Amino acid sequence: MNEPMDFLIWTKGTAFNIAVTIFVIGVILRLFEVISLGRKQNLAEARGTEFGPGMKTILTRSIPDLGTFRRQPLTVVTGYMFHIGLFISLFLFVPHIELFRATFGISWPGLPTPIVDAAAVLAIVGLLAGLWHRIMNPVMQKITTWEDWLVWALTFLPILTGYLAYHRLVNPYPVILGLHILSVEALMIAFPFTKLMHTFTVFLSRWYNGAMNGRRGVES
Amino acid sequence: MADKSTLGDSLRRHGVSRRGFLKFCTATASLMALPPTMVPAIAQALEKARRPSVIWLSFQECTGCTESLTRSHSPSVESLIFDHISLDYHHTLQAAAGDAAEAAREAAMHENKGKYILVVDGSIPLGDPGYSTIAGISNLQMLEETAKDAAAIIAVGTCAAFGGLPQANPNPTGAVSVADIITDKPIINVSGCPPIPTVITGVLAHFLTFGSIPELDQYNRPKVFYGQSIHDRCYRRPFYDKGLFAETFDDEGAKAGWCLYKLGCKGPMTYNACATTKWNQGTSWPVESGHGCLGCSEPRFWDAGGFYNALSVPISDNSQTVAFAGAAGLALGAAAAGINFKEKDAAQKAHETVTIDDLEKSS
Ligand code: SF4
Ligand code: SF4
Repeated sequence: MNEPMDFLIWTKGTAFNIAVTIFVIGVILRLFEVISLGRKQNLAEARGTEFGPGMKTILTRSIPDLGTFRRQPLTVVTGYMFHIGLFISLFLFVPHIELFRATFGISWPGLPTPIVDAAAVLAIVGLLAGLWHRIMNPVMQKITTWEDWLVWALTFLPILTGYLAYHRLVNPYPVILGLHILSVEALMIAFPFTKLMHTFTVFLSRWYNGAMNGRRGVES
Repeated sequence: MADKSTLGDSLRRHGVSRRGFLKFCTATASLMALPPTMVPAIAQALEKARRPSVIWLSFQECTGCTESLTRSHSPSVESLIFDHISLDYHHTLQAAAGDAAEAAREAAMHENKGKYILVVDGSIPLGDPGYSTIAGISNLQMLEETAKDAAAIIAVGTCAAFGGLPQANPNPTGAVSVADIITDKPIINVSGCPPIPTVITGVLAHFLTFGSIPELDQYNRPKVFYGQSIHDRCYRRPFYDKGLFAETFDDEGAKAGWCLYKLGCKGPMTYNACATTKWNQGTSWPVESGHGCLGCSEPRFWDAGGFYNALSVPISDNSQTVAFAGAAGLALGAAAAGINFKEKDAAQKAHETVTIDDLEKSS
């Protein structure tokens, strides 16, 4: 009779401890690695500056470019839907903020729940559309690796289970809340070792791209 | 022992008016989510209901559940129903003690074989039978014996329903719930620490009216009382949805009656009737008086995180784990960076410049 609660307590206790340890060690280690390796030294004569173009690229790559949008509208639209939806439901839902406060000691204001709820739906639709695109598009098929499927599933499950838990669509409640927490823990454990790391390196790599092009004197 | 008078007789004897009785039936109907058209049928059935034999066993408990029931709404129809069904055996309430009490239990079991209702409060220690005995009989033995010929079993309170406080980590007595031991009988779990008195009498009224047990949820709790979460019926819910929270027990938010989530309210994971039925004759309930719900009607609520920590907060204090993991990450990262820098440095030193002439020569 107590199993659902035993499960929830385990996910909120032991399992979370393991996941957060792997996540924190892994992310810091990977960041050190990425930053200390830097880029290969470019021995060619510089034709322009690095810093300015680097900063500019951080900005330009964050805004969809018309050419890409014309060729792959779905990639751009679903990408934005998902990322914005995920950001809002992960960082602006008050129970999550309380978790960040207890775990990392930092907090910030949240949003009303109907907005977070809508954001979660946006993220779910975005992810599903992205998956459909990945399956149907021949180019996407060719460049998709097993890691992409894994990362998709690891990202999708927390949002789906979170939505189900919030709306109490699975009974008893501790089961779905526990599954939600467990799916996040799986994500945290895989995080440092997969392309999920782009969450931390995205702006860094955009800067590198811009800086490399700037040095060559090319626009990016 | 079982007298032959009906509940109607007994209520009239106690001076309960027809009007008062119908009012109770109406309240019971709405409590049990039955349509108002059912009220006459309920009244009729209750009027005619004969006093069933009830044996109440108390094991590892604090008597809070009995207190909750006997101090409820008195003198109300609920308490009179309770008097009426009244108990052939109840350690705390009966006058008899020792052997006489055990004799009364055995007589009741014998006379009403297969028909009596067994009510249990408290958990059963499996660690060592000596942890809790009554007249030298272990709780386990008494439960097994008494359950054998019971028509139905009502586990009153979270201890009997799920193990409760005695079972809290590290569970020194090896406490278990009634359902952990009795598996071949219908068990109705009326959880809560203590359960709401009206919920106990409601279940009894249902039994008296329909002769059957109400529809149960996954935890064998009557759905009518435990079907909805505290959070979904909480009058502070609009504040939760708007993102307005009390941060301390005496800040402006607390005074304005904002949501208590951040102060540890477990309403979102708790299924009970507090928010609708309220306590003390409908006077108020914990959240209304400014304190978060503890989740007392759920299994293992003692171990499910600090009472004053938000529901989403991990159970153990993770700040230390994070600090250690961070330090380990930094140390490993610094070591990796050191190796990387050294390699890069060596590569740079080993670098030889090649001119066009060199290339031409070698080709
Ligand atoms: S006070 Fe508790 S039950 Fe009420 S809305 Fe807030 S979290 Fe939910
Ligand atoms: S508000 Fe919560 S903790 Fe308090 S009595 Fe009701 S269910 Fe139990």
